[in-house]
Formats: sequence, C-alpha cells, structure tokens
Amino acid sequence: MIKNLKEKAVTWSRIKSPWVLHYNSGSCNGCDIETLDALTPRFDIERFGVLLKGSPRHADVLLVTGAVTKQQAKRLRRVYDQMAAPKFVVAIGACACSGGVMYGCYGVLGGVDKIIPVSAYIPGCPPRPEALIDGVVKLLSTLKK
Amino acid sequence: MPKITVPLGPQHPALKEPGSFMLSLEGEEIKDAVLRLGYNHRGVEKAAEARNYVQNIYLLERVCGICSHAHATAYVHNVEEIAQLEVPQRAKAIRMIVGELERLHSHLLWLGVAGHEIGFDTLFMYSWRDRELVLDALEEISGNRVHYSMNSIGGVRRDMSNEQIKKVLGILKTLEKRIKYYITVGTEESTILARTQGVGVLPKDEALKRCATGPQGRASGVDRDVRRDNPYLLYDKVDFKVITQDSCDVFGRLVVRALEMVESCKILKQVLENMPSGDIAVKAPIKIGPGEAVNRYEAPRGEDIHYLKANGTDVPARVKVRAPTLANFESVAYMLEGDTLADAPLIIAAIDPCFSCTDRMSLVQTGTGKSGIMSFKELRAYSIEEYKKKGIDFSKL
Repeated sequence: MIKNLKEKAVTWSRIKSPWVLHYNSGSCNGCDIETLDALTPRFDIERFGVLLKGSPRHADVLLVTGAVTKQQAKRLRRVYDQMAAPKFVVAIGACACSGGVMYGCYGVLGGVDKIIPVSAYIPGCPPRPEALIDGVVKLLSTLKK
Repeated sequence: MPKITVPLGPQHPALKEPGSFMLSLEGEEIKDAVLRLGYNHRGVEKAAEARNYVQNIYLLERVCGICSHAHATAYVHNVEEIAQLEVPQRAKAIRMIVGELERLHSHLLWLGVAGHEIGFDTLFMYSWRDRELVLDALEEISGNRVHYSMNSIGGVRRDMSNEQIKKVLGILKTLEKRIKYYITVGTEESTILARTQGVGVLPKDEALKRCATGPQGRASGVDRDVRRDNPYLLYDKVDFKVITQDSCDVFGRLVVRALEMVESCKILKQVLENMPSGDIAVKAPIKIGPGEAVNRYEAPRGEDIHYLKANGTDVPARVKVRAPTLANFESVAYMLEGDTLADAPLIIAAIDPCFSCTDRMSLVQTGTGKSGIMSFKELRAYSIEEYKKKGIDFSKL
C-alpha cells in the first residue's frame, strides 16, 4: 500500500516537471532554434514544468535534433548513458527520425534510433514549436498509465 | 602555477551546437586555445553531386537552418549564371525581402544568445519574443518559419500579394520600435557594458590577417560588405549604410548587429514600397552547363561563397560551400588568449558561430601543426596513394 503510494507520488512528480537536455547530433540548426523557441515567451513550454538543463545527469528527457553523424554517435551514446533512469529520448525533426534529407550522406549514420532507443518521434523539417510541445505532452501522458 | 586544460564541448550548455575547445588555463586566464571542428560534418557537398539541380536547392538550404536562404540563393545564382537565365525583377525583390528578413531574425537570435551567455536572460526572452514577429512575416511570405524554400532555378516559387506586403510593412513598424529599444539597452545597460567592453579584442590588422568577415570583421573596422562591394539582386538600387565600429570587442559586434537591423528594416521598406511588377520565374532547363561559377552572398554571419561546376547533365559535378563561420573561426583562438574562462562562452558566441555551416572538408596534418587546403591535383594524388595501400588502383581513371 505504502509502496504503491510512493510510486504514484514519484510518477506524479515526474510528469509535473520533466527536465530536458538538448543535444545536437549533427543538425542544421533549424530544429535547434525551434526547440529553443518552444522555451521562449510565445510558446513557453515551461508552463508544463519543462525546464532546460545543462547536464545529462539532471535530465529526464533527452531531446535529440539532427541526423547522427559519425563523429557524434559515440558522444550521443555517452550522454545517454550518463542520464539517470528512467530516461526518455525524443527525436526532433525528420533528420533525427530517419536521417531525412541527409540520409545516405557519407558522414551520417542515420536516425537517432540507430544509436539509442527512442520514445517519441516528432517529424517535420523543422517541426513547429506547437508540434514539439504536443510531442512532449503526449510522451508525458503515456507515463500516467 | 600549473597549467590546467579545460575541455569545452562538444556537448556543453554554453554551446548550442557541437564544437570542441581545449582551453589551457593559468588560474582564470586562458593561455592557449585549441579548436576542434567536424562534429557536424555530414557530407552535404558530396551528397549534392548525387542529386539533381532542383533537389539540391532543398539540400543546400539545409546546410544551415539559420542562414538557409543565403545558401540556397548563392547556389541558384550559380546555376542561373551557368544556364544564362535572366531572373525577373519581381523574383529578385522577393528573394531580397526573404534575405533581409532572415538577417533580422538571425541578428535578433544572436542578441538573445549573447544576452543568455552574459547571464542576462531577460534580454534573451525579449529578443526571442520579437523574433517571432519576423518569423510571422516569413511564414506569411513563404509558408514556413524556418527553411523558407522560396528559391527555384530562374526565380521564386511564390508571389506576394498586396495584402501580404501591407502586413509585412505593419510588422516592420513594430519591429523598428523594438530594435530602437534594443539599441538603447545594448549601449546603455551597465551589465552589458561591463561584460562586453574590452572583451575578446580583435584589432583591425589581426582581423584582416585572419580573414574575419561579416559583423565580426566590421566590428574591427574592416569596411567590407558584399551587398555594397559586389551587389547582387537589387542591392545596387537601394540605399543603405555599411555599419562599422572600431572598438574591436564584443561590444562593437553587438552594436554592429543592432545597427544592421535598422539598415535591414530600411532596405525592406524600400523594396516593399517599390515592388517591381511582372513574372516571378522563368523556365529553367533540366540539364545545366557545362560551365563553372562562383558567387558571393552576404549572409547574416558574413561572406558566403559558393562554387559550382556543371558538366551538362542534370546533376552538378561539384558544389563547394565556404560558409562565413569558417572564416571567422580563425580569429577565435586569438581572441580567447588572454581572456578569462568566464568570458569564453561569450567570445565564442560573439562570432555567431554556425557549426553546421562550417563543418566542411579541409586538411589538417596532426602532429606537425600545419594546416592547409589541398589543390585538386594534390588531393587526387593523395587519394590514389591512399587507395593503393588498400590494394585498389585508381590512377588510370
């Protein structure tokens, strides 16, 4: 009974304030600026409790933008490993989902899911901040179950 | 005091993009800075050789998400030059409008990032809020907030209606007021002055020696602007000033960018009020060339150079991009030396770096400390040698 309550409390707090880390794995900047845009006054993702963090050790959700380049694959893996469980990965943009327009380039390995498990995909080139917020909120609502 | 080496990047909260700096410190002071690029190298130039001319517009737009119109326009200028297409005046005007709006959004973005690096997050939130107005204007014109996809070979893809012109002019009116406010904040606010004046100094002779371009060079008194020196589109028909400063520090770069926004508004107004009438595109051939072309474009970050070699087929033989940030990176190591660690993120941010633009191929011989760019002959000889080691002979090709 007490254990159950404790779990409920932990889930509740996780949903209420997910801390995110933004990682650029070889993006063109388009998705990055839209991700940052979601934090600024017009969209203000902070009203859902989402806070941008600098260190992977503080973050619950990893927002990855861009196709994964050969140089970045190792580092992306390391950043992911440094995050404390439970952790979630959101692939932002067409490139992060599948490689997008960069698919087949010699420096590009492909989508983020080639390197680390992905919980949510947000397509678009780049996705609008609204789509981004929608994706994160949907991810959080799956945690409730 | 022992020397300490502090790595900055590739993943670092102060850097929005992957780049790596090894800073050797003595106490707080940076004694030496070593730069490592290439984390974002995707191979766009090679990929361009496998796509046809129309597909390449969209690929090259994605070299960089902030100056995407700059890259796409420089590329279509090359294609049009080889195919000898006469672009209609109205298309040129629309390209220019998108280009100047892009400059506005890029500078506002920079202002916010600079504010964030100083620790002045209010400025970050303010300028990014006003940046939304520019994005609204771009969305009104092109349908997209980022990656406008306005260019086609021989013109533009969408026309502007009179209502749209009126709407953009309305947005400009609000923006001008806000920009005036930022100029006051940037030049009078004591936090900004304390953190930017005398930081990251790059004297004029060093700026010239290290090929600084764009606002970075202009803040060091290098009076160069492709829009004036080598006018493309309709820049020879509009009246604008090239802003220079001779304080040579981060403060100068802030002032140059802030005042450039005023000039951009001035250019936009002139173009929007005197829109030429007529078609927006001419028909372009599928096969281009053979021929070669080089074009320069004043991107928000500086001079963007595109080279194109066409061989008469529907795909280019070679596309080469020299993005402005690559030119500006030369001076970062110089500016970092002698400054404190706390100023490092601001100095790096002050050149408005764009790693995704920059990560092209150039040769650096590790160990000898020499770097250079190979000629085609040398590169070919080098690759033949390398492949011979692997047992493949390419020398007869």
